[in-house]
Amino acid sequence: MTSVEPVLESQLASTFDVERVRADFPILKLKIDGRPLVYLDSAASGQMPQQVIDRLVRYQTTQHANIHRAVHYLSEMATAEFEGSRCKLQRFINAREDREVIFTSGTTDAINLVMHGYGRKFIGAGDEIILTTLEHHSNIVPWQMLAEEKGARIRVVPINDAGELLLDEYEQLFNEHTKFVGVMHVSNALGSINPVKQMIAFAHARGVPVLIDGAQAAPHMKIDVQDLDCDFYAFSGHKMCGPTGIGILYGKADLLERMQPFKGGGDMILSVTFEKTIYNTIPQKFEAGTPPIAAAIGLGAAVDYLSAIGMEAIATHEHALLSYATEQIRRLPDVRIIGTAALKAAVLSFVVEGVHPHDIGTLLNQQGIAVRTGHHCAQPLMQRFKIPATSRASFAFYNSMAEVDTLIAGIRAAQKVFA
Amino acid sequence: MHTKSLYQEVILDHNRKPRNYGILDHASHHAVGHNPLCGDRLEIALNLDGEHIDRIAFHGESCAICKASASMMTVAVKGKTRADAETLIQEFRDMALDRLDLDGQHHLGRLMVFAGVRDLPTRVKCAILPWHTLHAALNSVTSTSTEAADDPMNAPVGSTS
Repeated sequence: MTSVEPVLESQLASTFDVERVRADFPILKLKIDGRPLVYLDSAASGQMPQQVIDRLVRYQTTQHANIHRAVHYLSEMATAEFEGSRCKLQRFINAREDREVIFTSGTTDAINLVMHGYGRKFIGAGDEIILTTLEHHSNIVPWQMLAEEKGARIRVVPINDAGELLLDEYEQLFNEHTKFVGVMHVSNALGSINPVKQMIAFAHARGVPVLIDGAQAAPHMKIDVQDLDCDFYAFSGHKMCGPTGIGILYGKADLLERMQPFKGGGDMILSVTFEKTIYNTIPQKFEAGTPPIAAAIGLGAAVDYLSAIGMEAIATHEHALLSYATEQIRRLPDVRIIGTAALKAAVLSFVVEGVHPHDIGTLLNQQGIAVRTGHHCAQPLMQRFKIPATSRASFAFYNSMAEVDTLIAGIRAAQKVFA
Repeated sequence: MHTKSLYQEVILDHNRKPRNYGILDHASHHAVGHNPLCGDRLEIALNLDGEHIDRIAFHGESCAICKASASMMTVAVKGKTRADAETLIQEFRDMALDRLDLDGQHHLGRLMVFAGVRDLPTRVKCAILPWHTLHAALNSVTSTSTEAADDPMNAPVGSTS
């Protein structure tokens, strides 16, 4: 999905003005110990442009009330803005209908919703769930909980040394017990872009639904859930210029309708007596209680912002950043890149010979450079590479080539300390 | 103390050439410490001769702060009594958590080079893990974790089993 024609890349490279984009992000003007912040941890959480901050302030200062309830002006205003945001998200991922877009608290919440709403109803003893070695803990642990409860079994798609899923092995895992597939679109730890469209088609040919964890894909490339034909697609607002505490679960309407609710409470019901409760229709069936209204509207503003720049332009700039950073880091002695898939998003995981990732992280921080160090909530993946942790630089469209240079100089400086 | 002062020469030196590094045969006490958040893992073995720690060794995989802390800890407690070691454990932990008046009475001496971790909350556990593990070993708890609910650091100091 990120493959861009070379001619287009050169055109965009000349039109994408990173300095203009950076001016939208007030946090990027920060200094850390007197040094300019170099924020290379967007895979953990992205930064927020002034346009989204302003939208949150405008909502909170002039539009806030509870939604779907009262008849007064503010409640109707808040409801319209909240539902308007749902429609923006629908268009952003090209969902067929807005009721297929459910507001959750984030990707983890969205996956747990599918586990409880779909898994607990349709997966039973002896059934098998296919996951991959690359998965984030958030797409492992809920399924393990389900497997333990139901007596189901988890099967795991292995990867090669580059961090690419082995599709032959994936296909061989299918049998008459296979009931569900969960796979991440883009690896948070390695950056690998997985061939999810192909994997979905293979699963569907065997009648198996597929959930895509899109937390690392939605901020970086155009997502088209109809083209992918995925059954569920989960992602988080805070990784794509939006606030924390908000995320999306896309689900095909017919599946969502057949699922049981995840959380019980207000807003998800049509009528309640102590004898019998009738659940609301989708999407409200899955949105119990007062949602994070401001965050949902903020996420709508975030996708407006991203769409105005253009996901293709974003993907192209980030690809250029990744290529340059990869080339530069390869020139450093004793530094090994973990994750060398042919198709990668702008994530650069690396280990430095003789220097623990935590020491790299602290020494880079002293130079104003924010990277993530650790297992990236992907311990099985770290075990696969027989390493305890990596340092990870993850890029967003607001990063510049100059920041890549600062990172490279920072790694050199850290190596000198340990020389 | 500024974070820049954390990677001082003495710490880098103990990381490069850790003292008392290896496996101890015929240890009377040992424990494995694990920090699941970063994957650090180290094993401490010691031999008590009466109340004295007459031999001690450690090995494992960890960051420089953890390794240097372990190395300097073994140097500091070797030859000391169990009670003296427990006092140092408590003082080191208090220093890392910024609960110790460094200008007041304590026995940390050179171990004060680790005072800088106070300003780095994410690195405090790296520095404490060896001490945590020593405490577990002295109290015959064979494995410990920085994330354990039954944190042996909360056990009564000097208890035996």
